[in-house]
Amino acid sequence: MSATDATTTTSSASGAGAKGMIGTFTSRYASVLPTFAAITILIALLAGAEIYFGNFLTGRNMSALLLDNAYLMVLAVGMTFVIVTAGIDLSVGSVMAFTGIFGASLFASGVPFVIVIPVMLLSGVAIGLLIGVLVQYFNVQPFIASLAGLFLGRGLAYVVSLQSIRVEDPVLLWLGSTRFTLGDFYIAPTGVIALLTVIVGALVMHFTRFGRTVYAVGGSEQSARLMGLNVARTKVMVYVISGLCGGLAGLVLTAYTGSGYPRNGIGTELDVIAVVVIGGTLLSGGRGYVLGSMIGVFVFGTINTIINFMGAEQSWTHIIVGALLLLFIVVQRAIVARSDRSR
Amino acid sequence: MPADTEVQPIVEMRGITIAFPGVLALDGVDFRLIPGEIHSLMGENGAGKSTLIKALTGVYAIDSGTIAVSGSERRFEATADAQAAGISTVYQEVNLCANLSVGENVMLGHEKRGRAGIDWRATHSEAERHLAGLGLRLDSRSELGSHSIAIQQLIAIARAMVLDAKVLILDEPTSSLDRGEVEQLFAVIRDLRDSGVAILFVSHFLDQVYEISDRITVLRNGQLVGEHLAADLPKDALVAEMIGRELEDLAAISDRADREIDRTGTPIVKATGLGKRGMLEPADLEVYDGEVVGLAGLLGSGRTELVRLLYGADRAETGEVAVDGTSVRIHSPRHAIDHGIAFSSEDRRGEGVVADLTVAENMILGIQARRGWLRRVSKAEQDAVVAEYMEALGVRPADPHVPIGNLSGGNQQKVLLARWLATAPELLILDEPTRGIDVGAKADIQRKVAELSEKGLSVIFISSELEEVLRLAQRVIVLRDRKAVGELDAHEVDLDGLVDYIAHSEEGSVSR
Repeated sequence: MSATDATTTTSSASGAGAKGMIGTFTSRYASVLPTFAAITILIALLAGAEIYFGNFLTGRNMSALLLDNAYLMVLAVGMTFVIVTAGIDLSVGSVMAFTGIFGASLFASGVPFVIVIPVMLLSGVAIGLLIGVLVQYFNVQPFIASLAGLFLGRGLAYVVSLQSIRVEDPVLLWLGSTRFTLGDFYIAPTGVIALLTVIVGALVMHFTRFGRTVYAVGGSEQSARLMGLNVARTKVMVYVISGLCGGLAGLVLTAYTGSGYPRNGIGTELDVIAVVVIGGTLLSGGRGYVLGSMIGVFVFGTINTIINFMGAEQSWTHIIVGALLLLFIVVQRAIVARSDRSR
Repeated sequence: MPADTEVQPIVEMRGITIAFPGVLALDGVDFRLIPGEIHSLMGENGAGKSTLIKALTGVYAIDSGTIAVSGSERRFEATADAQAAGISTVYQEVNLCANLSVGENVMLGHEKRGRAGIDWRATHSEAERHLAGLGLRLDSRSELGSHSIAIQQLIAIARAMVLDAKVLILDEPTSSLDRGEVEQLFAVIRDLRDSGVAILFVSHFLDQVYEISDRITVLRNGQLVGEHLAADLPKDALVAEMIGRELEDLAAISDRADREIDRTGTPIVKATGLGKRGMLEPADLEVYDGEVVGLAGLLGSGRTELVRLLYGADRAETGEVAVDGTSVRIHSPRHAIDHGIAFSSEDRRGEGVVADLTVAENMILGIQARRGWLRRVSKAEQDAVVAEYMEALGVRPADPHVPIGNLSGGNQQKVLLARWLATAPELLILDEPTRGIDVGAKADIQRKVAELSEKGLSVIFISSELEEVLRLAQRVIVLRDRKAVGELDAHEVDLDGLVDYIAHSEEGSVSR
């Protein structure tokens, strides 16, 4: 007898009819559900705000959403890589501050942008590499290793300067102040950088073996190792990518504000983690999308804008984001519990 | 049928030795795999089977010896090296990623690539081709986690085929499969064998081993006992090679337990109406001097819940507990220990051993807990206790100063038994003390329980292996669906009777 006889219908998706289709859907796309939830919330927020204020969904507003949160989006891409491996990177806010002020001081002393920009990115990479090596080869908890990175980045930022440094470099000013317009909508080069980062991040995650290994490591590091995948390199690389995004965010923020400031980005790491989680990435690793994190950024930005519109205290943003975060974590737990049960 | 040697072995391991701190896991073992053969590796837990497999798959580095694949000597530094040499492994706890799709798990690291990165369409169709080769028609894009363990095993095998495995290692692949699933797996394994793959099969189910093996190698205590053609090795000879002596011992234990208990006096422990919502419906339990009470029932029937409530590990909502006729309140394990009740959890790793502490330190924990943390147990007293129990329970290795994590499951369990015996309890609760340990250690533990109860220790014994319960207990309490449904005299019921009662009994459950 052959094995073929023994297996007739084994897939849960094999049933016919509507139930079968739902089966196919949940067995294929269960991990997309949290991101769908984020999109739903974003639409609800936008629609609600439009109904309430009447003049919310304007080109200006929507464009500002991207402009104001470009640095957050860049950081969220890197953070998604890290969190999908079940790690965490607390250093991103201070890496952004350090690379920003470092770049600004180099600009101020007349170094040309072709040198400054790579140096900014490489500084981020260096800190990321340090964290990754600590995590992988010295077996330090990601929380602790990146906490060290946080203090290091912040300390270095203060070493460079205690005051804000204005940037006069024409290239950087161009990055920050140019507006490509289309009707009511506009986009700045920093916004383009942010969107490109998202696209490249999403492509790497989905269409490269490295990206798939990131998911495998998050699903089960042990299994990934036994499957012969290069776990060590992958785990170091995700922190390097997060560091690179930190450097890029430093560039974007410096261009956006026209200056470097060593106190930038205090607490930003927590905002980044929040948007990534709201975007549907599981803190326990293995599930999540870069595009979801972009949605998370838009949810975060929209809440911010709504609070501004209402003229309420900014602290309400944090309360609402906190509540949303809680809601999402509960929703994710429910989804994970359900997919565990359905085996 | 395999002839003895005319085919060149694809894998030849010679004189493999691997030492861990305090344990010689493998001692000069020879082992070979021949194309087109299913070769079973047999031995008790701790015999060195998994160590040998890990040596062959590059998880452990070997201390001495050689591994040759297709005649040329190899050194495996990592799993990837072994895979590159054509050796793939399917582990007992399927080592795939549940968060990824079926097709990805099959192809991970070998995805088809086009100009713009991974070509998912080609990758999935390639995966489906390999799955179909094993007779599996699955949606390659469905998530792995949505399939049963049995299917996941087969998916893991499909992955091995993608790697073009010439050697396939199956480590306890059947332990969580039902009969039909085992048939399906075996059909796949035979197909692979017939296509010339060398298969290393490990299972503790003797029947399955005989059903599928061409060749059998037996290990004991890290040493090679022998390599045989399956057809030439009768089952009892195999068992004798695996365990040596312990079989007759079990019969002796059964005789020992076969005695009358005086139930006229006050029970050592008497629980009335012990229960908690969602955990256990109110249940009664009495244990007399020197009695072994067995708790029988399926997993989740309330066996563990009942003893956890009794021990105070979970807090009961209803019921009373009397120790020696005096009503007491047991709200935490501390109280239970104070009243002479000891509890060895079913979760040996999680709630039992402290893996980084030594054997001696693990043993002393119980005494220290009973005495209170501030009163020191003197060195001399510790040494005496440790020496006594190392000897009495036959803990191997006999060195009390190695970390307990290095010991086999059976020996860890002995140390846990020693931990609680050292506190001189009046009632010892053993929850699955023999799960996942080898035959020899099982016999040792059962013998010790029988011996101690003869001397007057009361025991509550929980085991999924009903033979053990019947062998040791004088009285068996049956639980089903979180309710105590009846009580049986262990002398008057046989295994079939007990199984039947667990499955069907209506008597005793008043509320039905």
